[in-house]
Amino acid sequence: MKFNGENIAKYALMTVAFSAVASLLLIAVFIFKEGLPFMMKVGLKDFLFASDWDPLAGKFGIYPMIVASLWVTFGAMLIGAPLGIAGAIFLNEFAPPMMMKIIKPTIELLAGIPSVVFGFLGVMVLAPWIRATLGGPGLSVLAASIILGIMVLPTVLSISIDAIASVPNSYREGALALGATRWQSVYMVTIKAARSGIIASIILAMGRALGETMAVIMVAGNTVKVPHAVTDPVRTLTANIALEMANATGMAREALFATGIVLFMVIMVLNGIALSAIKGKARKK
Amino acid sequence: MIQASPAKITIRALRVFHGQEESLRGISLDIPANQVLGIIGPSGAGKTTFLRALNRLNDLVPDMHAEGQILLDGKDIYHPACDVVALRKRVGMLFALPVALPMSIYENVVYGPRLSGVRKKTHLDEVVERSLKAAFLWDEVKDRLRMSGLRLSGGQQQRLCLARVLAMEELEVILLDEPCSGLDPISTSKIEDALTILKERYTIILVTNNTKQAARVADETAFFLMGDMVEYGLTEKIFTVPDDKRTNDYVTGRFG
Repeated sequence: MKFNGENIAKYALMTVAFSAVASLLLIAVFIFKEGLPFMMKVGLKDFLFASDWDPLAGKFGIYPMIVASLWVTFGAMLIGAPLGIAGAIFLNEFAPPMMMKIIKPTIELLAGIPSVVFGFLGVMVLAPWIRATLGGPGLSVLAASIILGIMVLPTVLSISIDAIASVPNSYREGALALGATRWQSVYMVTIKAARSGIIASIILAMGRALGETMAVIMVAGNTVKVPHAVTDPVRTLTANIALEMANATGMAREALFATGIVLFMVIMVLNGIALSAIKGKARKK
Repeated sequence: MIQASPAKITIRALRVFHGQEESLRGISLDIPANQVLGIIGPSGAGKTTFLRALNRLNDLVPDMHAEGQILLDGKDIYHPACDVVALRKRVGMLFALPVALPMSIYENVVYGPRLSGVRKKTHLDEVVERSLKAAFLWDEVKDRLRMSGLRLSGGQQQRLCLARVLAMEELEVILLDEPCSGLDPISTSKIEDALTILKERYTIILVTNNTKQAARVADETAFFLMGDMVEYGLTEKIFTVPDDKRTNDYVTGRFG
């Protein structure tokens, strides 16, 4: 093997690529090593499907938090995805180019706002409003969903914009030349062609919503209870880890690593579902 | 002959501007029904611009605007009251690069009828078979209509696009913008065969860079050069005894 520039570049890049994968792998191994023995000890059923969380009393049921994470994430997507996708369609297909130049950077700026600021807004503005109009404590699934929905907006919007912008202009012209109206060409052709990019934006946003911690701790209420209404306060998996981390030792500390494993798995499953949705659609056509 | 039937499309002093640039400098032309008009000329002559003016596709380009008149069956298509969507259903277009839409072969063909609100399955099935046969594609795809149109070869995709245009019930005029520029000789000849049959029902305008193709297919030919129409007449005349020296130079391959 010769050490010419070509080879050096190749192996340097390979090392970099490998270290990215390796760090992911190491994190996974570490979490599993710390958390798995605990799961074995307590038993999967008493860990995943029990509703009592009281580490001092030796009760480690995280079912309410799994449900809470799913509700909050789902709610956030319900708010963020349609807004983001609709915004991307509008900016790409209908808005004057000037508007795109102003609005896109503005919304991308949203991504730079620290999550604690979103949380603060939620506590000061949103929670009192929910308390006054819908009842309940205000700090709730709904508050967390709305805040997260806004937080994932830049992700959905900017990736969807790129996906829609990369649809060849010839598709649009092809549809319009066949007598499609502007809107028909958008929903029958452009969105279909940009579908995989749009779904990717939703997957990324979903991961962000599921993993977000600070804003959620501030607005979700943090009560360990299975929610029955969107106005109920909840504690998500991420909030659980962050809240209990400081004074957790022994079993309680292991329980948090195990919570990390569950979070990891939930993200994997959600991504898997989303990816197979793309592939399924692709095969059908 | 030419003046026997009334013109399908009448163009008067058509000028098209792209920003400051004048892409077409006053074209006047009567296009008769039921024949193939070939438009030839070097690139940059304004052929495509001319074609896209006829179904108002130029409207989509910012800072492009047209002056003059284009009458389709005597009605001005640039009149503010003209329904552009309805116009494009009557004036179909085939592009230089085949644009199979990202959907099945079947859905590609019925795209136009679906836009017009046709829902009946049996009717759509008929449309698909009739259109694909007219585009000389039926035999190659009849067993795999549910396959994505994007998986066909370039030549097949272009015939699919032709079928898609033919599926439109309101269709009267077919615009073709160098439809065979990227195709193999067999696909090219299939499209040319299709055109000679289709002209019995439709008015066809064929822009081509391939002068031989115009000679083979077109009844009449117009020669464009730098935004002007230099000459227009029966194809045999244009290719054998043109009036203008520039036409002669172009068709004999001396420039362009």
